[in-house]
Amino acid sequence: MSKLRLVLRELHRGEAGLARDLLAVADRHRADHEIFHVARDVAGWSQEHVRRIAEVGADFGVRLNPEPRWTLPGVGVLGRRAGAALARRPASGLLLLADLRHVHRKAAGVSLDWELLAQAAQAMKKQSLMQLAADCHPQTLRQMRWANAQLKVTSPQVIAS
Amino acid sequence: MQQPDRIAHPWGERTPYGRDGRWPARVDQHLADGVAPEDVQRWAKSASLLHSNGDAMDIAVVDGRIVGVRGRADDRVNGGRLGPKDLFGWQANASPDRLTRPLVRMGGRLVETDWDTAMGRVVAESKRLLERRGPSAIGFYTTGQLFLEEYYTLAAIARGAIGTNHLDGNTRLCTATAAAALKETFACDGQPGSFTDVDHADVIALFGHNAAETQPVLWMRILDRLAGPNPPALVCVDPRDTPVADAARESGGVHLAPLPGTNVALMNGLLHEIVENGWVDREYVEAHTVGFAELEKRVQEYPPDRVAEICRIEPEQIRSAARVLGRAERLLSTVLQGFYQSHQATAAAVQVNNLNLIRGMLGRPGCGILQMNGQPTAQNTRECGADGDLTGFRNWENDAHVAELARHWNVEPTRIPHMAPPTHAMQMFRYAEQGSIRMLWVSGTNPAVSLPELVRIRRILSQRRLFLVVQDIFLSETAQLADVVLPAATWGEKTGTFTNADRTVHFSEKAVDPPGHGRPDLDIFLDYARRMDFRDKDGRPFPQWHDGESAFDAWAACSAGRPCDYSGLSHAKLREAPSGIQWPCTAENPDGTERLYTDGRFWSAPDHCESYGRDLVTGAPLEETEYRALNPDAKAILKAAEYLPPHERPSDEYPFVLITGRTIHHFHTRTKTGRVPELQAAAPDVWVECSKDDARRLGLADGDAAEVATPRGTITARVRIGDIRGGVLFVPFHYGYWDTTGSGPGGGRGRAANELTVTDWDPASKQPLFKTAAARLGGAS
Repeated sequence: MSKLRLVLRELHRGEAGLARDLLAVADRHRADHEIFHVARDVAGWSQEHVRRIAEVGADFGVRLNPEPRWTLPGVGVLGRRAGAALARRPASGLLLLADLRHVHRKAAGVSLDWELLAQAAQAMKKQSLMQLAADCHPQTLRQMRWANAQLKVTSPQVIAS
Repeated sequence: MQQPDRIAHPWGERTPYGRDGRWPARVDQHLADGVAPEDVQRWAKSASLLHSNGDAMDIAVVDGRIVGVRGRADDRVNGGRLGPKDLFGWQANASPDRLTRPLVRMGGRLVETDWDTAMGRVVAESKRLLERRGPSAIGFYTTGQLFLEEYYTLAAIARGAIGTNHLDGNTRLCTATAAAALKETFACDGQPGSFTDVDHADVIALFGHNAAETQPVLWMRILDRLAGPNPPALVCVDPRDTPVADAARESGGVHLAPLPGTNVALMNGLLHEIVENGWVDREYVEAHTVGFAELEKRVQEYPPDRVAEICRIEPEQIRSAARVLGRAERLLSTVLQGFYQSHQATAAAVQVNNLNLIRGMLGRPGCGILQMNGQPTAQNTRECGADGDLTGFRNWENDAHVAELARHWNVEPTRIPHMAPPTHAMQMFRYAEQGSIRMLWVSGTNPAVSLPELVRIRRILSQRRLFLVVQDIFLSETAQLADVVLPAATWGEKTGTFTNADRTVHFSEKAVDPPGHGRPDLDIFLDYARRMDFRDKDGRPFPQWHDGESAFDAWAACSAGRPCDYSGLSHAKLREAPSGIQWPCTAENPDGTERLYTDGRFWSAPDHCESYGRDLVTGAPLEETEYRALNPDAKAILKAAEYLPPHERPSDEYPFVLITGRTIHHFHTRTKTGRVPELQAAAPDVWVECSKDDARRLGLADGDAAEVATPRGTITARVRIGDIRGGVLFVPFHYGYWDTTGSGPGGGRGRAANELTVTDWDPASKQPLFKTAAARLGGAS
């Protein structure tokens, strides 16, 4: 049971971190409007996952915050300023590639943790955890594919121009 | 035979007909004052270029001047009818302020010059950029008003000669979601239905499609059905109480006025009722679709009570609309900007496809889907690949398709960029903002008025580091910012073909010479290609064609075997044909094809399809392997979608939802229609429509000057109190500055709706959203 708690804790940490990173990426790339809007939309998925992990966690004796702080004080403002300063310069493209690469790797980590949870839930026949993974994991994969697709679309112009 | 006042009565007299009957002809005509029909020396064959309906008409010519128009009675699209824009719009051709000579910027001013000088500058800049920065420094932004031959040539030059991925049309603003929705459901573009489905339907559902104003002749057809025996019931989805909404109520159908931005929730609610009440054609679904289980699961989350809360309408309205749709025997569904330019555009339009598919209403007379187009030749930008698609509905992710296109062009496949989807318009402007696109060639459109958030767009277009070429017939707001302006010829001054929203191809003949030194867009593009000395693999000049007819033949060959197959068509055939002809048209099928998918077989096999689809929320393209797993048997794809709240929602400071749209009297940014006396007088200036209650609360009366503001800008507009739902404002998007302050508002208040709109687009179709912005309304100080 304690190992399961560890997995839930790690997932909670990962999803909360992913949500924060997505919101920070949105803030840094307000002038890349699709990045801005979609990053916030899919950050909402991670925020919802955090709530649900916390809810289920309680049944397994692990206390997790359903509403952690999503932005660190000052960071959003700084990101926005940095983004605005670079918005009309080609360098903002490189920053975007770095951010997307980070999001992809982070989401990949979370995806692996969902895999672990799903496997454990099956082995331990925990229906509520299986359902949780079945609902959430596909959205994590969509977040990964989004970051990957944006990298693919944006990189030729950023790197070749 | 002068007409009654067609400004006051835009749809004219009724010619009623019954279900499965033939729509009677009615010939509309307008000739200049003092010109009698017998004075006309020549009638040149053409069709309308001021909306997507493609109404066939003849242009009257006297002494080398256009003097009027007459609808063609034997054409399948309009049976002789014309809308107000068609009856009067031709006068714009002879405006005294037409561009007649090329212009170049000298010492900050645009000065007249000759073609050699102007083209010399364009060529020098192109060569300099290609050498120093490569093809990705050059972008092309075209229109929905050129001819097929011109788009095909432009696509060949941009993708096959220069090798840039940056070519899109302003059709991105009007038709991108139609194409995207068809690609999601059928894995390939191509309009399934036909306008003749109006003749047979017993229910016509118009989703965000104010046909009365956007396609008046199609609306006449519907009105004539409504006036005849066995009339159809209409379902109308629109936050405004339009003539369509009126007719829906009178027909025993339903008008739904959801809060803007909630279309996906509404559609899921309707589908929920269809499934719940057993109105699904299980046999059709089983035989011809994949994805039903997921759709069923998804729509379970949207019972009428929940949807009613999201859309702020009564649950009973959803149930009664679903009853009409669910019990229809022949359902025709049409979709336009109310869905395409609104939040979750593609996801919502796809649910309309789902509605017809799960009801088994496709491919039979009266059972059709019309994902409409906004602009007259938008269809051709899609087919020819001038709008962010690969030529001939080919799949940029399929190497065999790229190789096939390269064979047609006789260039190396590596020349055609296909490492990523073609760049869409909004992204091109972003690249220009960042400085990686350094030359933008704009043909036949006016982004300085038509794109969202104009302060930003003007800033991008005015950059010194951006070399801006504008090819147009007037000195538009955008042209005023250009480095080089190329004077073009327009409709009636050049010969070519174009295709309407129901795949009908029309021939458009040159009636008169263009004014001054104006040249057809095709000639300008080919001239550029020759001056750039583009060559194919064998060292021959590329493109290999040299005029409209040879361009058409090259296109027809390139389209052969693809869904948009033109191989059975030619200029000669279209010139002689009494009526327009619908593609696909081949040697085996010389009269064209009325409906696609009559046998329930789709263009969705992995090796043939145009697209593997996208994630409707994130826009991420599906990989080939994912698609093969999803749809190995070439069926239609039922794609479910979750509702997401709009990105910009009303707040205390900006309590209204602003939507923009068009009026029956004007086209696009009024460059033509604003120069036509009857049309200009009918709608001379911008207005803001609001509900009676909202006006009373704010102390505003009809005709008052009001201020509309969003976080991005402010305009002044006259108040028009209308039957629009409370909390929603409507501003027409036609009005800019060419007839007031120049390229922008100068120091004064704005009047272009796009000063207000938000920069946001649908991630799947990349169509900008003009129907979700939080706004404030108040008296003008």
